Amino acid sequence: MLKSFARASLLAAALSLPLSFSAQAEEKTDFKVCWSIYVGWMPWGYLQDSGIMKKWADKYDINVEIVQINDYVESINQYTAGAYDGCSMTNMDALSIPAGGGVDTTALIVGDYSNGNDGIILKDKTGLADIKGQTVNLVELSVSHYLLARALDTVGLSERDLTVVNTSDADMIAAYATPDVTSVVTWNPLLSEIEAQPNATKVFDSSGIPGEIIDVMMVNTETLADNPDFGKALVGAWYELMGIMSTDSDEGIAARTAMAEASGTDLAGYDAQLATTKMFFTPADAVEFTKSAELPSTMKFVAEFLFDKGILGEGAPSPEFVGVAFADGSVYGDQNNVKLRFDPSFMAMAAEGAL
Amino acid sequence: MRIINRRPSRLLTLALGLVPFIATILVYAVASHYRRLENPADKLLPSLDSMGQAFWRMAAVPDRRSGDLLLWVDTFDSLWRLGTGMAVSTLLALILGISIGFIPHIRSALAPYIATFSLIPPITILPILFITFGLGEVSKIALIVIGTAPIMVRSTAQAVLDIPREMIIKAETLGASVWQMVTRLVLPQVLPKLITALRLGLVPAWIFLISAEAIASTTGLGYRIFLVRRYLAMDVILPYVVWITLLAFLLDRLLLLLSRRAFRWNHLGSDAL
Repeated sequence: MLKSFARASLLAAALSLPLSFSAQAEEKTDFKVCWSIYVGWMPWGYLQDSGIMKKWADKYDINVEIVQINDYVESINQYTAGAYDGCSMTNMDALSIPAGGGVDTTALIVGDYSNGNDGIILKDKTGLADIKGQTVNLVELSVSHYLLARALDTVGLSERDLTVVNTSDADMIAAYATPDVTSVVTWNPLLSEIEAQPNATKVFDSSGIPGEIIDVMMVNTETLADNPDFGKALVGAWYELMGIMSTDSDEGIAARTAMAEASGTDLAGYDAQLATTKMFFTPADAVEFTKSAELPSTMKFVAEFLFDKGILGEGAPSPEFVGVAFADGSVYGDQNNVKLRFDPSFMAMAAEGAL
Repeated sequence: MRIINRRPSRLLTLALGLVPFIATILVYAVASHYRRLENPADKLLPSLDSMGQAFWRMAAVPDRRSGDLLLWVDTFDSLWRLGTGMAVSTLLALILGISIGFIPHIRSALAPYIATFSLIPPITILPILFITFGLGEVSKIALIVIGTAPIMVRSTAQAVLDIPREMIIKAETLGASVWQMVTRLVLPQVLPKLITALRLGLVPAWIFLISAEAIASTTGLGYRIFLVRRYLAMDVILPYVVWITLLAFLLDRLLLLLSRRAFRWNHLGSDAL
């Protein structure tokens, strides 16, 4: 018995070694960031495949590996657990998962915001107010849920007036085809697929709340502070590609075609998705957005939504439990528990051509 | 004495059985401790204490939005789905299994089909299930039935085929009708085997239950796990996993007990696990 106890503790120590190996605060040369399929994040895959990332990493004498993960939530969980130094995610999920989980996270590249990419669809009804009393199929606690809450505000309804059914995004299109599903909230490309059905009407979309669903490359704050070159390489590579893909030159079309194929559509389909996405093609635009006065009020909405749904973590006494720092140094929430930072300084370097 | 002949005492048997469990908890506690040294709010391996609190919150504190005790609502709904699904599967296994095993014409007609059907991974035909049965309870129960019934039918049919031919011939010589043979000879032989099939069927049944609840649902153990996974609330997920394991274990033991009580003669030999 005693022997097995000793053995067990040894085993425990051995097993906990890899588990406690997370993004340590130290200088290093090898970095890994992850991303998942979404219109605004397809450039990450292209950066890796085209060698642009390698070019910039070499410039700063580091290695950066960009890894695609098939499941969005899993990619954030992997980042939060310390397996990656950065990950693409929305402002809302950054606040609830890594920041809520005590991992100090910095918004390095504010890539785009959803400007119609997320929407509410009703079957055989045409007004948002008709949603009252219906069952609504959506991915619960996702940006779809947030969009629904914000949309209901605009017509004086609340979630009590309807029934939310948690439905996997992978099965959303099949779900819509069943007679008992009468309304869904989802994102592109599913949204346009469902909207194309004859009885479907889009009654609200994210262009009604512009700038609130933001897609960001989030990185570990400590890693970034100890290795500014990591931030510079990522930002430099990103905006080089932004410059290319925003044009209709041969190079730009080739890049967008590659991204379209990687996301399972064609160039026209991908361009249609880009049209409902407000991309920040220049670093100056992204910096301006990050410094804007609307961002703190957006994050306040998001924090209140998360708190209301009980996602900010148990023991969170108020929506202000996790602090969010903004470009001008102001903080929303707890000054002593700042875990999410909007820091445009790296994007500003790109804007000034200082990389 | 050779090691194969040395038997542990009752107390030692119990202690030896507990060792792997205690070791697992210990490994977890140490790993969790080291992770929380770095980040006290770590979500991946929460402390045993915070998992206990989360479990208490789910089991005893009414939910802020609905006022329900979430753990019990989830448990009840999941067990209801599992129970209904397995009841249908067991009934199918009994009727089809005996028909296939006992009547050659039915065997020729159905055995190859069911053998083929049982090889379809049920998850892959989910969209068809949704459109046929809707998104409600029926499609979840259907997934469990499709996932478990074919194998249970096959093993029940095999149990009928395994009945010694001599017994059937004897019954025929004594002038038994087909129905009499089914009720007096086949059923008693097959029922304990059916319970074994049910016990083995419960293993995939839990998997299909959790998958079905993950896809479209408003309650259930699988629903809760996949919902809170969105914010990596392992402090809720891990106790739920332990709870599911416990429920599955208890169900299995209860069925074994039932089989021992009802079919004592089937357990005369040494019982395995």
